[in-house]
Amino acid sequence: MPSNDLLPSEQPVQLLDQTGSRVVGAAGDFPSDDAMLRAHEALVVGRRINEQAYALVRQGRLAVYPSSYGQEACEVAAALVMGDRDWLFPTYRDVVSIIGRGVDPVETLTLLKGDWHCGYDPVEHRVAPQTTPLATQLIHAVGVAHAATLRGEDTVVMAMCGDGATSEGDFHEALNFAAVFKAPVVFFVQNNEYAISVPLARQSVAPSLAHKGIGYGMPGERVDGNDIAALLSVLGAAVDSARSGGGPQLVEAHTYRMQAHTNADDATRYRQDDEVEKWQDRDPLLRSEAYLRSRDLLTDERTSEIAAAAEAVATAMRDGLMVDVEPDHADLFTHVYAAPTPQLREQQAFLADELSREEAR
Amino acid sequence: MAEHEKITMAQAFNQALRDAMAADESVLMFGEDVGALGGVFRVTDGLTAEFGDARCFDTPLAESGIVGMAVGLAMNGMRPVVEMQFDAFAYPAFEQIVSHVAKMRNRTRGALTMPITIRVPYAGGIGGVEHHCDSSEAYYVHTPGLTVVAPATVADAYTLMREAIASPDPVVVLEPKKLYWSKDEVDLDEAQPGIGRAVVRREGTDATLIAYGTSVPIALEAADAAAAEGRSLQVVDVRSLVPFDDETVCAAVRSTGRAVVVAEAPGFASVSSEIVARVTERCFHHLAAPVRRVTGFDIPYPPPKLEHLHLPSVDRILDAVDTLQWDDV
Repeated sequence: MPSNDLLPSEQPVQLLDQTGSRVVGAAGDFPSDDAMLRAHEALVVGRRINEQAYALVRQGRLAVYPSSYGQEACEVAAALVMGDRDWLFPTYRDVVSIIGRGVDPVETLTLLKGDWHCGYDPVEHRVAPQTTPLATQLIHAVGVAHAATLRGEDTVVMAMCGDGATSEGDFHEALNFAAVFKAPVVFFVQNNEYAISVPLARQSVAPSLAHKGIGYGMPGERVDGNDIAALLSVLGAAVDSARSGGGPQLVEAHTYRMQAHTNADDATRYRQDDEVEKWQDRDPLLRSEAYLRSRDLLTDERTSEIAAAAEAVATAMRDGLMVDVEPDHADLFTHVYAAPTPQLREQQAFLADELSREEAR
Repeated sequence: MAEHEKITMAQAFNQALRDAMAADESVLMFGEDVGALGGVFRVTDGLTAEFGDARCFDTPLAESGIVGMAVGLAMNGMRPVVEMQFDAFAYPAFEQIVSHVAKMRNRTRGALTMPITIRVPYAGGIGGVEHHCDSSEAYYVHTPGLTVVAPATVADAYTLMREAIASPDPVVVLEPKKLYWSKDEVDLDEAQPGIGRAVVRREGTDATLIAYGTSVPIALEAADAAAAEGRSLQVVDVRSLVPFDDETVCAAVRSTGRAVVVAEAPGFASVSSEIVARVTERCFHHLAAPVRRVTGFDIPYPPPKLEHLHLPSVDRILDAVDTLQWDDV
């Protein structure tokens, strides 16, 4: 591959402009009507999940929620372009992607509810546990992909991170390992402009994050992260290429974190309201809805059906998270080793005895 | 025993890897210089030739990447063995080891397990320059979820490595560099006690020396010297730092009533201090004297020309034994 082919486009790939009109002369395959409708429905559901989770924090049912409000197109597209046998490696902000892969919303939010760490079975769903130490999961993605290659399977791994994580050493090591071993991994960076409070300019002065790909001999591409059509096109092509032996690829989506880092964060300390307002016009849902309506693919009736489906997901999520699960103290010791050490058996007995004496009081 | 060839500890590790790879094709060996070169200590010698580059391979030079890749391979059905080349070069992998290797089973309630073996050539006494001689065991043993073994004999090198690779949990194998070239006639098929068991290497009645890894031969030498002076020292080889064999260690100490722990790592907040605490808590009424320690100083590992001042020595061990309040009896 000539080295220039590894560089991203001059501008982020955009297939739909802010008004929902198709961009004239845009490169890449435009998704089918069905794919666009399905993606729009997923966007509406994703938005509703973000809203519901935010409310659940205020009600004290979740400890914290790092919202992907405004980034739903990235979340939805990542899940939609994957095949059944593919693996997703999400961060803590990727709840909508995880649910998009079919994981139960309540199990997805176990971590943030505080009942346990990872609440779903990663092997069953092929979704790795959400990772909070930044970029550390990217190298795991390479290992999962390499194991599949060794067994002759055509699994592709979608490895997600944010702009801040690209500064971590493990981002570098993961991309380099993936390139050297030609692992079928799509590294998907959601550049939402902020790592908690620190703006992108303090993370990198590269022309774009996608430009980092060439340093590893890996193609990099950038895409409008609020344009679901462009995301489906670019991520879909990256997955296809990885699956057919083309090796890893780096995709950077330009998007924006509309809310604070989490509910515990105060974004007014580090960014101006007018900056946030500017991004409101670029909302991914407005764009997909305008496009579908312009093509008469979205009727009022269909819109109501989609809203009802999203409401059903939110209701199930709320109901599930309202249930208090009595944690089993034995769980503290059961899963440290395959079989507890003598010392852990002693400590477990100590705790059981202490609890039974408390109960007897 | 006579019919068996003498082999080195490095060869025993190598044979364990070879046998494990032959027995289970999900076992993969990788790291820095482990392919064509066979590892800087030759522990992986010939494995790429025998099993191919897909089973034993060199990686980019990045320890976090090596361990992180092992995590992913383990998530997807493989049984990775990684080499960290030198104790102090393993530190870039520390986050992967502590946050993922050690916790994955717990985080996922057993849905994801980490049957990973992390080989760490460790400790000094080899005239190595800085960053090549650390006794880093305390970092690992302090991390719940890790199993940590430190073989001291050629037979244990084979047995504990095979057990580490077969374990459903991650195991850090601390390979004593100083003993790589020690030789012994061993029957590798002869069953040795497994992980989690300490063994009494030498019987004795007056005091117990408790040691592991590089310190075991020094303790045995000290016991020989003490015998010449009429004092009978028992030597316990801990072997398995986690899980720790309280039963064997404490039974040994109770039988003599006196104990000295020998370890070359700095003594502060260390494996040796943990052993003293455990023995004291469990054997207090059997003790005729406080448990003593002979350890490295609380200093960065010294340069080659000064390391002899830092390492536990026969004389220092015998001096410590002399302070165990013999005259008070």
